Amino acid sequence: MATSLHAAIDNLRRSRVWKSIFRRGPAITNRTRSVAVFGNLFLHWLPVKVREKSLRVRAAYYLGSLSLLLFLILVVTGVLLMFYYHPAAPKAYHDMKDLRFVVSNGVFLRNVHRVGAHLMVLLVFWHMFHVFYRGGYKPPHEFNWVVGVVLLLITLFLSYTGYLLPWDQLAFWAVTVGTNIISAMPVIGNEVRFVALGGHIVGENALLRFYVLHVVILPLLAFLLIGVHFWRVQKDGGLTVKDDDGKN
Amino acid sequence: MTEKTKIESGFGSDAKKEPRRIVFITRKTSAKVIDEREPKLMTYPHLLVREAVVLEVLLIVMVLISLFWDAPLEQLANPLLTPNPAKAPWYFLGLQELLHFFPPFVAGILIPTLVVIALIVIPYFNVNVEGKPLWDEQASRRFGIVIGVVIALLIPLAVVDAWTIIVPTVLVAGLLVAAFLSKATTGWMGALRTKPLSWWVMTWFIATSVCLTVVGTFFRGPGWSWVWPWGTHAA
Repeated sequence: MATSLHAAIDNLRRSRVWKSIFRRGPAITNRTRSVAVFGNLFLHWLPVKVREKSLRVRAAYYLGSLSLLLFLILVVTGVLLMFYYHPAAPKAYHDMKDLRFVVSNGVFLRNVHRVGAHLMVLLVFWHMFHVFYRGGYKPPHEFNWVVGVVLLLITLFLSYTGYLLPWDQLAFWAVTVGTNIISAMPVIGNEVRFVALGGHIVGENALLRFYVLHVVILPLLAFLLIGVHFWRVQKDGGLTVKDDDGKN
Repeated sequence: MTEKTKIESGFGSDAKKEPRRIVFITRKTSAKVIDEREPKLMTYPHLLVREAVVLEVLLIVMVLISLFWDAPLEQLANPLLTPNPAKAPWYFLGLQELLHFFPPFVAGILIPTLVVIALIVIPYFNVNVEGKPLWDEQASRRFGIVIGVVIALLIPLAVVDAWTIIVPTVLVAGLLVAAFLSKATTGWMGALRTKPLSWWVMTWFIATSVCLTVVGTFFRGPGWSWVWPWGTHAA
């Protein structure tokens, strides 16, 4: 049974259709394994070979990978949530009630999205501090560190704009407290706050603006910069890992 | 059969010829030879398998948390009913705690802006790239400067009674002084003695941020007064 299954998979991999998609045979030689990486749009930014040291868990605790994976999970769960959500007051709040009482697994869906958001903020911070202590910001990684700082800010804004969307008391007052701080900005404070909220108070316009920022603008920006960030890791020579003697 | 062996042979099949860095020249040091022939593994499958495991573990953890911890949903938003305290999301509660001590411009605009600028310029300061320990040379002179800066920092904090900043500052400064006085070369104190100034500044920043965020999240109640997280208080 196992042999025939193995043979069937093997035949599939040698078939014309398989080869037309992957442009290689089974990845069992160094050449085909290399092609598997640089011949694949989704993997081509990875090096073909990686240092054994940078694969150790303690090298980076996979914090960068985890942040990316969380972003992807948040995109998937976020798109699913969009099927059930209207960015209008008070309909948004009633949609939350529907998620809890009407939609199958609606609570679970919302829980995964929320847990993912909290985890992402936490892990992106942890990632930054870990990179700092490893000296990962040092030349030639300077610019990628800056991209990382911008990604941290985008992560915070993504989480913050999502915080308003349930349109309950928690959301409303958290955003009211936060956006009141903008008024403290000298000279243009009130104007900036007006642009952010689409008015003088957190109302329907603010909900719509935060929604558009949350589901379109900020995710696109994040996607773009995550691409730059990962690509630069390889271009700048891979992860900064410590030698066994503790030096960088 | 030979193909199967190739799949399972980790290092052996992977190491091949590759460019090799021979000389590494850093400022103020002589050229030193470092061996860059590190063992390497093929990305496919060695890295990709690990990434898949990371994804699976992450999904399991998230599903478990989501099954037992429901996202909160309070009453419909009501601009006329202000909760006390009205709190921002947890990652901004450190800033909200700062608002308790400083005027809105300082706590909400000036300090966050300075923090972001500081983070961005970190890699462009080519000071001490080699990461030399703070107490390696000119120790007593540096000690005087550091203590002066710490005291200059603590005085305005004491004036506004910002003890949630004072406590972590004093703790980190205490470790700094202990590392200066100690003669240890091993153990955690020995490790502390090898840390450069940048390490101390970042550690102080993280300690303060964590303290502010934890206090803001769990220990602040009506009117931003001190409460215990296990105590009950009228909202």
